[in-house]
Amino acid sequence: MGFLEFLAQYWPRLLSGTWVTILIFACSAVLSIALSMIAGLCKLAPTPLLRAVAVCYVELFRGTSLLVQLYWIFFVLPLFGLTIEKFTAGCLAIGLNIGAYGAELVKGAVLAVPRGQWEAALAINMAPAQRMRRVILPQALVIALPAWGNLLIELLKATALVSLISVSDVMFEAKQINGQTFLSAQVFGAALVIYYILARCLLTPGMRSLEKRMRSKLGSA
Amino acid sequence: MFKWDWDFTWQILPRLIHATGNTLIAALSGYAIAMVLGLALALVQRGNATVLRWLIRELIEFIRSTPLLVQVFFVFYVAPQFGVRLSPWVSGMLAIGLHYACYLSEVYRGGIEGVAHGQWEAATALNMSTKQTYVRIVIPQAIPLCIPGMGNYLVGIFKDTPMLSVIGVAELMHTANAIGTENYRFLEPYTSVGVIFLAISLPSAGLVNLLERYLRHRLGT
Repeated sequence: MGFLEFLAQYWPRLLSGTWVTILIFACSAVLSIALSMIAGLCKLAPTPLLRAVAVCYVELFRGTSLLVQLYWIFFVLPLFGLTIEKFTAGCLAIGLNIGAYGAELVKGAVLAVPRGQWEAALAINMAPAQRMRRVILPQALVIALPAWGNLLIELLKATALVSLISVSDVMFEAKQINGQTFLSAQVFGAALVIYYILARCLLTPGMRSLEKRMRSKLGSA
Repeated sequence: MFKWDWDFTWQILPRLIHATGNTLIAALSGYAIAMVLGLALALVQRGNATVLRWLIRELIEFIRSTPLLVQVFFVFYVAPQFGVRLSPWVSGMLAIGLHYACYLSEVYRGGIEGVAHGQWEAATALNMSTKQTYVRIVIPQAIPLCIPGMGNYLVGIFKDTPMLSVIGVAELMHTANAIGTENYRFLEPYTSVGVIFLAISLPSAGLVNLLERYLRHRLGT
């Protein structure tokens, strides 16, 4: 069976899988951005306890595999009476994992904001929270955006793992179709192309234009 | 409430340690493939063949923006369609080696481009051939620049080996799954796998950091 013939027959399933992939991507992206902000700022906090918690979180999730974390959340947490639905478990594992990597980016970006900005905010008597929110974070965001573009591609790639806990994403559909038809080259080829299109034609240009917009908003374009 | 069973943990530990050996073998041999292949990819990208350069560039982008899991399935299921029978081990090594070769080629490229331009000119002035220049002048200076990136990807490849469990490579995750289904206990095997990963990847990441600092000190930057 040719590739086009194959697509003509199976595109509805691949498309529905793609939607699930996009949904998981969106949910875990929101979660990981929130977590990385919290953890990144905690790593810079003056309180040793907050710093220690953030360091533990980051090292724990960067030091083990996403697959191990996913299985742990999905198979082990229920034993403690915490049953999580598979879609949520997938988003949670990916969000926690990528959030740990993102925390380092947030920390690095905040530290990269020029010293003078901190001092100027202090000079006009801004409270620390106000200074962070109105002066430092907006600039740190612009500094961090290019690295976040790469991290979001990693996140998109990570979503393929949720197929292993049978969330019906595009990878899961591909495996099912492969199991029924043995058209491996077509089906896995199609899956690869779908991921490539999502990453190269949607994610990368989107992040580029966001970078441009943010830079022009800050007047540093 | 589920209780942690220490007896069971001790009982399964030998099997897990044996599987850890397999994981390390998988990671190291995958990395060996990636190192060699990555160098070839990096050198082609610096060559004169424009079409080839463009093709390799696109291939690297493609492999870097699609999930390793899909690539593992692709290699494992598609190669037999072309009459090549690959064992899970071989196809796993090939997939992970190719994936990381693309990442390493970027590291190499960065390292080679980091060598000061004057070195090339000096080599030309001394009438060295291109090959001589690479082997005797450029690559020895590029290696220290590449070490940190290479170290990070070595830890990365180690953390990605659990993905090979899906095609039946008997590494750590695969063994933990087997133990879990044999005994209907997932808490101890999965948690132990997480601990083993932490115990290996945290010290190695620390070592990479130390090495990076040492090299920076030695290079005087």
